[in-house]
Amino acid sequence: MARDKSRVLLDVKDLRVSFDTYAGEVQAVRGVSFYVNKGEALAIVGESGCGKSVTAQSTMQLIPMPPGRIKDGSVMFNGKDLTKLTDRQMESVRGSEISMIFQDPMTSLNPTMKVGKQIMEGLIKHQRMSKSEAKKKAIEMLDVVGIPNPDKRVEQYPHEFSGGMRQRAMIAIALACNPKLLIADEPTTALDVTIQAQILDLMKGLQRDFDTSIILITHDLGVVADMAQRVVVMYAGKVIESGTLDEIFYDGQHPYTWGLLNSVPRLDTNAKEKLIPIEGTPPDLFSPPKGCPFAARCDYAMPICREEMPEETFLTEDHFVKCWLQHEMAPNIENPTKIKRGGK
Amino acid sequence: MSEKNLKDRKNLIEVKNLKKHFKVGRNQILKAVDGISFNIREGETLGLVGESGCGKSTTGRTLIRLYEATDGDVIFDGMNIHKLNRKEMKNFAKQVQMIFQDPYASLNPRMTVGDIIGEGMDIHNIRKGKERTAKIYELLETVGLNREHASRFPHEFSGGQRQRIGIARALSIEPKFIVCDEPISALDVSIQAQVVNLLEDLQEKMGLTYLFIAHDLSMVKHISDRIAVMYLGAIMEITTSKHLYEEPLHPYTQALLSAIPIPDPDIERSRNRIILEGDVPSPINPPEGCKFQKRCKYAKDICREKAPELREVKPDHFVACHLVK
Repeated sequence: MARDKSRVLLDVKDLRVSFDTYAGEVQAVRGVSFYVNKGEALAIVGESGCGKSVTAQSTMQLIPMPPGRIKDGSVMFNGKDLTKLTDRQMESVRGSEISMIFQDPMTSLNPTMKVGKQIMEGLIKHQRMSKSEAKKKAIEMLDVVGIPNPDKRVEQYPHEFSGGMRQRAMIAIALACNPKLLIADEPTTALDVTIQAQILDLMKGLQRDFDTSIILITHDLGVVADMAQRVVVMYAGKVIESGTLDEIFYDGQHPYTWGLLNSVPRLDTNAKEKLIPIEGTPPDLFSPPKGCPFAARCDYAMPICREEMPEETFLTEDHFVKCWLQHEMAPNIENPTKIKRGGK
Repeated sequence: MSEKNLKDRKNLIEVKNLKKHFKVGRNQILKAVDGISFNIREGETLGLVGESGCGKSTTGRTLIRLYEATDGDVIFDGMNIHKLNRKEMKNFAKQVQMIFQDPYASLNPRMTVGDIIGEGMDIHNIRKGKERTAKIYELLETVGLNREHASRFPHEFSGGQRQRIGIARALSIEPKFIVCDEPISALDVSIQAQVVNLLEDLQEKMGLTYLFIAHDLSMVKHISDRIAVMYLGAIMEITTSKHLYEEPLHPYTQALLSAIPIPDPDIERSRNRIILEGDVPSPINPPEGCKFQKRCKYAKDICREKAPELREVKPDHFVACHLVK
């Protein structure tokens, strides 16, 4: 999947987002760039606090300002820079061209409104449908996302739905206006695995049938392997590696990417080996370290790592890594426990 | 970690037909745990897995009498723990401990870490003065923190560090048995491995027995010697972790394992997932017969009429299904 300019739907460049708090400025996102092609699922992975949700929310201009503020960068979507739009203009993008589904289906639906009405809202506002048209479409959407008896369910409230069904309802709301981009922020984290399998299956079907692009934010590498075509790995507000799914899983180059892949046990292998944790904890973003943010936890850190953030090194057209180990003068270090294709 | 020889170890805990029902309204009973039987052997880790609401936490809590059982027995080291008097109960409480899911809610924010860890020793009159302080320092170092941390408060620590404090507290009275109720679910992946490794090291050093409750099957498989799969208050299958993953016999176990995505793109591309229809039914009105029959694609008439018993179909492999020969 080479980078073809005409296929790019969303192009984020050098995004910087900070929050002003009493304790000082938290630099949550520190110069993030990535792009999403049409019809592609891009996964953003990283631990809590690495800035992956803030990145997604700033794309939608959903950061509360203040305390948040977008310091720098551009978010090009379909030729428009979303950071330059007024609130009014942004409103017409949200829900119709870009939609978002959230982690917690319990708190992100309005408990005082019928589910059907919540789906109809966007249709009436953006597509200027009449009430009866919108209702017909709402029933159709509930059916698309696999909710049984949709004509009865439109008249019900969120509390009458189970967790998995609420997540389906939220997907129905998000997709009602047929958006070009769906941002899914940990869409299955609050769900049980059998329900997670249902939801992922549904999202894959929608991506295929409607050619929707998806940004999937998650910390579960299994979900990434199942859903995504490309992966962005974030750490402490920066993208440290990015590439196609296979490049990241089988040919990852950053020690943090190795660490993430090694610290999860595999279901399909039988080795009763010790897990390899990443020692220590991520840095404090009140005062991010000067050099590479991972240096303090990295087994291969060199003096330069603590001094200066490394530049991108491109290994293929899509695959880049920011690590001093790529420098020609650095020692040649290979991932000590590389995952082999097919678990062998 | 090599596989332990568990066949000839004696049972530390025997659970017989344990039930825990809650009244949730007029004439409504929630059968959280509905007649389960299993053993936990000395020095082993028994994993308990299942979806939310299946009764796994209630089982853990009833096992150490944090809840009174509705029916059935729990025999711990020869004692029937639901029949103990107050004094005997205190002695029993000294031998069991619990590690909780939420490292934020399970530590008292107004106590110093030292006092949190020392509280168990104070209650059971185990160590006093200098000896107590020395033990607290030793425990902090055992779990990978250092002695300066004793005078600090919980809010000064990260999630993973707090979970280490919870573990130090559990170890302070030198228990035989620890119920770990989703101890890593609230932690980040890179930190989960740290805590799991610590739990494994401590087991090896101190001969601890664990009941490890979790919904993350990959981690349960890694840490457990044997695994019990629960669904709607009943045990569906129980066997060694190796057998469970290589040869799951119950249709529910098969679906559960198939639902877990594996972090390997090639495998994910070639997998055929079993997708279960619908949601878990409510434990207030569970289905007749086998609890899983409503979502089971193999269900026959007998499954709708009679609840299957947990039978040993292969050495050390128990399954509750009419259709498994």
